[in-house]
Amino acid sequence: MQSANFGERLNPEDRESLQKKASDDIQEKIIEAILFCCALISIFTTFGIIAIIFQVTFEFFQKVSFAQFFLDTKWTPLFAERHFGIWPLINGTILTTAIAMLVAVPLGLCSAIYLSEYASPKLAAILRPAVELLAGVPTVVYGYFALLFVTPVLRLFLPLEIFNALSAGLMMGIMISPTVGSISLDAIQSVPRSLREGAYAIGVTKLETIFKVVLPAALSGIAASIILGISRAVGETMTVLIAAGQEPRISLNPFQSVETMTAYMAQISGGDSPRGSVNYNTLYAVGAVLFLMTLALNIVSYWISNRFKEKYD
Amino acid sequence: MATSSPQNEFQEPRGEFTPNVEKREKLGKIFELIFLIGLCIGLVVLAVLVFDVLKDGLGRLITPGFLSETPSRFADKGGIRPAIFGSILLGILVMLIAVPIGVGAALYLEEYAPKTWWTNIIEINISNLAGVPSIVYGLLGLGVFNYLLGFGPALLSGALTLSLLSLPVIIVTAREAIRAVPSSLREASYGLGTTKWQTLWNHVLPYAIPGILTGVIISVSRAIGDAASLIVVGAVSFLTFNPGLFQRFMALPIQIYTYITRPEPGFANAASASIIVLLFLILVLNGTAIYLRQRFSIYK
Repeated sequence: MQSANFGERLNPEDRESLQKKASDDIQEKIIEAILFCCALISIFTTFGIIAIIFQVTFEFFQKVSFAQFFLDTKWTPLFAERHFGIWPLINGTILTTAIAMLVAVPLGLCSAIYLSEYASPKLAAILRPAVELLAGVPTVVYGYFALLFVTPVLRLFLPLEIFNALSAGLMMGIMISPTVGSISLDAIQSVPRSLREGAYAIGVTKLETIFKVVLPAALSGIAASIILGISRAVGETMTVLIAAGQEPRISLNPFQSVETMTAYMAQISGGDSPRGSVNYNTLYAVGAVLFLMTLALNIVSYWISNRFKEKYD
Repeated sequence: MATSSPQNEFQEPRGEFTPNVEKREKLGKIFELIFLIGLCIGLVVLAVLVFDVLKDGLGRLITPGFLSETPSRFADKGGIRPAIFGSILLGILVMLIAVPIGVGAALYLEEYAPKTWWTNIIEINISNLAGVPSIVYGLLGLGVFNYLLGFGPALLSGALTLSLLSLPVIIVTAREAIRAVPSSLREASYGLGTTKWQTLWNHVLPYAIPGILTGVIISVSRAIGDAASLIVVGAVSFLTFNPGLFQRFMALPIQIYTYITRPEPGFANAASASIIVLLFLILVLNGTAIYLRQRFSIYK
């Protein structure tokens, strides 16, 4: 472009296109703007979720007082005598989530430790995708299995109701274990080899190295994975809707039927509640509590994994 | 962490040190077995689940008309054609809507975005969106697509809701794939005088396609299997025609849920048969992904 000779030999159009700077190209600018809009859609999604949930929840609280929502212990919005106490639903969510985590944390950690510390690379390459298949099965399938296989089997030796928190929680735990497992696995694998070798050098066995060196070093990642797992269990719908039933109650008995927040939301949605009715409003009020709970859990998980990340250099 | 006796012996100054290696190694072997069992429990459950579903559903699946007829009030009659059509249409629409937007957003964040506070906000926001439960996306879809934009409980509302649900995963995996493209490739392209977009379109994207495809398939299979958001948006449980874009619709997970909730005995088998179809659909999707990934891996 600098050389006059070179420029003169070209025909005028080519010369013009060569002298143009890429950053001046209007087409490039348009493309960048389009891509920017794509990235903005994620912001609009969040904004949309917050706006729509809180707008309808606001309508709800004009009809039902805060005290009725947070201090009552009965949830019967569909009965003649209406009660709007959220606690039975929160109770159901906490109970099923707790059972799920009792399954998901040990299973997830066991598979993470085995894949990282014991399995040969070849075996791990087969086992890891196999374990992660569990996360790819649609949740409605877990609900089916919990209701029609796990519950009948458990009823052989436990006094279970047909719908119960136990089998729903168990299947939810199986479903979530790969989430806990794969994030923990990443954390465990990022513990540098030198730390393990240092432990071996002072005569510590492999198991002791795992418990005293590797796991403490990976603790922030493991904690983040567990909190993320809790958040997934709290938001899970189909398994609990199908297998845990629709009876809101305050009880920690896993053999009984309970109703979670998500199950109520699905139940009320199926019933075609007209917009503006109290039922339609309860859907969003419960949704607001659910959204805030999962948001808080996700933020804590994000914060832990960034704040307490061990750095080895 | 669990305290084990060997270290306590280390810490006691007066106790005579006994390495006790045999016992400690034996404990190690026991725990290795425990870890392996923990890993296998999930796989065993998955195997039992698949076996149970096949056992209950295969008989119903091969009854004539199950794949080609509309649902019936009777457990052993009718089929799930509208649900299959609905799910396939939803999957195609999600790909058409979410993939361009997701890859576009990933390209912007990786290649264009300046390191400023609002880029940071977009990033945190995307990782947060990935953790929002699908039923909450349903609330968004119901409020925005059904009522605000007036589509009503139509297939389009469902597809748009599922697209938003899939976006975060597509963006995150596409970004990883784009980040993994070596910068020498970009520099070589710039060295030939190409513009930024020409470089991205002709060199970076083709190189990143296998990774992007993986994310697309993961999120689209999740969208196809999702029922919670569609229940809220208003999928119906009984449909006698193939759903169109602006009509009421149903999908396989909704069909399965409906069958499960029917108390009459035969419906459980119909549910299993529908599950086989859904799992088969997801398997085909993933198989296609693996094939395309190999086909598109032109660079090594």
